[in-house]
Amino acid sequence: MPMRCEIVSQDRSVFSGEADMVVLPGTEGVMGILPRHSPVLSSLNYGLIRVRYKDTEQIFTVAGGVVEVLPDRVTILADAAENVQEIDIQRAETARQRAEELLRQAADDPKMSEKFLEVEAALRRSTLRLNAARRFGRVSGRDKND
Amino acid sequence: MASIREMRQRIRSVKNLAQVTKALETVSASYVRKATQKVQASRPYADKAWELLLHLASQPGHTNLHPLLANRPEVNSILVVMITSDRGLAGAYNINMFREVYNRFGKSPVPVSYVAVGKKGRDMLIRRRMSLIADFIHLPGSVSYIDVSPIGRLVVDDFLKGDFDEVYLGYTHFHSMARQEPTITRLLPLEVKAAQENGRYGKVEETNHRSVFSYEPGQEELLSDLVPRFISLQVYHAVLSAQASEHAARMVAMRNASDNASELIKHLNLEYNKVRQNMITNDMLDIAGGAEALSQAAEE
Repeated sequence: MPMRCEIVSQDRSVFSGEADMVVLPGTEGVMGILPRHSPVLSSLNYGLIRVRYKDTEQIFTVAGGVVEVLPDRVTILADAAENVQEIDIQRAETARQRAEELLRQAADDPKMSEKFLEVEAALRRSTLRLNAARRFGRVSGRDKND
Repeated sequence: MASIREMRQRIRSVKNLAQVTKALETVSASYVRKATQKVQASRPYADKAWELLLHLASQPGHTNLHPLLANRPEVNSILVVMITSDRGLAGAYNINMFREVYNRFGKSPVPVSYVAVGKKGRDMLIRRRMSLIADFIHLPGSVSYIDVSPIGRLVVDDFLKGDFDEVYLGYTHFHSMARQEPTITRLLPLEVKAAQENGRYGKVEETNHRSVFSYEPGQEELLSDLVPRFISLQVYHAVLSAQASEHAARMVAMRNASDNASELIKHLNLEYNKVRQNMITNDMLDIAGGAEALSQAAEE
């Protein structure tokens, strides 16, 4: 019996469909959710969400958020989420470099301390996206087709 | 009657004005579309977040779940967040919002403070010497959640500190191109039940799961994270809705202005042609008179 899985970010609905298993990066550790799981409410860390249905697996990056698990449903409210297939490696790379650059500047400038966290978060986010895209992104998708 | 040159100048200036209003109208039309799309796009998240809160509220022992959800026995001071636009030329958009807020809170027995979002609203509040604790002006045209979350944070912090016992949010709700309505809702303490009846977040699916959640990390921490986030989300939604309304109001105002301008141009042109014709007739009469005089002189 599959369950319903929905991933929504603040600006759109990222994924909505059936799932046999969902793996989530909870703040207390990675959890694998199967149907009929007992209700859980958990916050999420930076990481990957895997949604398995039949013999396909979709992978999403998530940059924090909350998940609500009900026996027949998994709802993920993400601060930002993206299907790995959608990530543009080129753009992710430039974003990461920009964040690194900013971080270097911020380290010297005491006025930037507030911004520091922000940029650090951006860096973490873009590194995550980049790694995810390299591992699971379009390239591997193309391999499968070949 | 005005001279022909003055009239020509007048017509030209009205035409220029009409061009400007026409351009503003077109621009606003595209902004409205963008803004409403954004409202639509953020709806799934809002719906889900709301559903989650409802599930929480239906948990046993929810009454003292979180300080942000608890009504305070005595209301000693009120905070109102008023969302208006930075720019004018939007008809009665800003004044309607202000009037709504003023009618509701202007004669309140307890002190009311304001947070102004948008320059027009701020200016109006200052002119009336209302107590203004913060302003957020020059929000970007296509606002994102990050831009408005400081508003939510400010409100939540001040509420938790006990500076205010109730927080209201005033914004112009976008119903349609033709109808925008100034609305005031209570932001804090968050009323999970009442807002459901308003149906602002659509119909929430009834669940038959009466089972109790386990929380990871603790319930306290999780709610402290979730509830303020939801408050910011509500502010975000309100800002989006208000922006859509602003552009719709401006579009209607500009269309009226364009219509009036073309009416005026028609009227002025008629007048101008009359004057011109009159002048030509006079000239012709002069020439004819002159020629007549000449030919009479030649005959003699």
